[in-house]
Amino acid sequence: MLRAEIRKKLPGISIHVKMAFNQGILVLFGPSGAGKTTILNCLAGLQKPDAGLISLDEKVFFSSVDGIDTPARKRRIGYVFQDYALFPHMTVKDNALYGIPSRCKKDKDYQTSVLDVMDMLKITHLQERYPGQLSGGEKQRVALARALMVEPDLLLLDEPLSALDYTTRKNLQAELRQLQKIWRIPFVLVTHSRKEMHALADEVLLLDRGKQTGCLCTDRDIPRLEAAV
Amino acid sequence: MLDPIFLSLKVAIIAVCIDFVFGMVVARFMARRDFVGKNLAESLIILPMVLPPTVLGYGLLIFLGKRGPIGNILLDWFGFQIIFTWWAAALASAIVSFPLMYQSAKAAFSSVDLSLEKAARTLGTGEIRIFLTITLPLAWPGILAGLVLAFARALGEFGATLMVAGNIPGKTQTIPLAIYSAVESGEEETAKMLVLVITVLSFAALFWLNKWSKEKIQLWKKGSETHAES
Repeated sequence: MLRAEIRKKLPGISIHVKMAFNQGILVLFGPSGAGKTTILNCLAGLQKPDAGLISLDEKVFFSSVDGIDTPARKRRIGYVFQDYALFPHMTVKDNALYGIPSRCKKDKDYQTSVLDVMDMLKITHLQERYPGQLSGGEKQRVALARALMVEPDLLLLDEPLSALDYTTRKNLQAELRQLQKIWRIPFVLVTHSRKEMHALADEVLLLDRGKQTGCLCTDRDIPRLEAAV
Repeated sequence: MLDPIFLSLKVAIIAVCIDFVFGMVVARFMARRDFVGKNLAESLIILPMVLPPTVLGYGLLIFLGKRGPIGNILLDWFGFQIIFTWWAAALASAIVSFPLMYQSAKAAFSSVDLSLEKAARTLGTGEIRIFLTITLPLAWPGILAGLVLAFARALGEFGATLMVAGNIPGKTQTIPLAIYSAVESGEEETAKMLVLVITVLSFAALFWLNKWSKEKIQLWKKGSETHAES
């Protein structure tokens, strides 16, 4: 269960959101400048909220009351960045394995799961390539593999499909849903595309200029959702 | 004839080592932090590049001389007088060439995409490993360019070296000083030979740098270009 209340003042907007979310894909939907990425950064530990609480299951990552602020590297939260942020000087394989400590790389069990992840994302044949030699969709898959390889408890995706062409986007949408079912960890996905929200969301958090304008469950709220956006 | 060449190489190498250590720390700090007085600090760091080397030499003389604050400590604690030794020449060369190292390294650190470091953090990586595996390799072409430029500049240092280390044959007489002395005393052959040596050395350093950086970063460049298109 992901629980978060985030308050943060930025130049121009002040963010205040509350969320409680268990499984599936939570979509943060709103126009550019609504503070979506800032919220992801706060969840990941890359930015610090001014006040609030962030917890996943029984682990508290941030609590302004108790003075807790777990650094990003200890949160086990996967993050797929908008521009993928693949390490340009490393091969696909080295990118994917970056988060796995070297002692685990020798571990046979881990190796199998590494191959599984690469197979699942269809990037096994790209292992020796550099990010500069990949298409947008391939980069996206490598970024996903890298984030999933460390076996995170939560996956954050910042506009993961916005830079891709129509067909690739369609394929990846289906794959994302499938991945979520296999991995069984909550995904939090940011988008400003209504289509993407409809295709992916189990729950939606509507945002406008940092404020939560609605929180909807797609199963029962589809008509309300249609009305809201 | 060989003495000045070896001495120059020794002085330039030590100077570049000093530049490297301080350059990395200062450049990394300045590339990532904003603070009150940053412009002032930056101007001070770059100042040796525009000041006449004699001004720096004179300043160093004051600091490093027997009665200077640093010279005094060195003499009292270690019984070491740095003025008129090749160490003074190395220090003078390091200071004169530091801005070149600093500017290259700072630009290199600034050019490393911050989101790469953030991505590494979310993958559970500590700051030291991030620096060694992400920041440093990506900034390396720029850092290396700074090192080569600083080396070439240190090799050619004349004014400040003359002031703090003198022109003692076999002890502090580097190539530029030896050329000056040779011309003064009419030893044209020696002068020509040394001019040739220092030109070839500096040219070779710059040529290699150009060639290396083109070959080495081609793949990454290609990466960032596709990156920009997508």
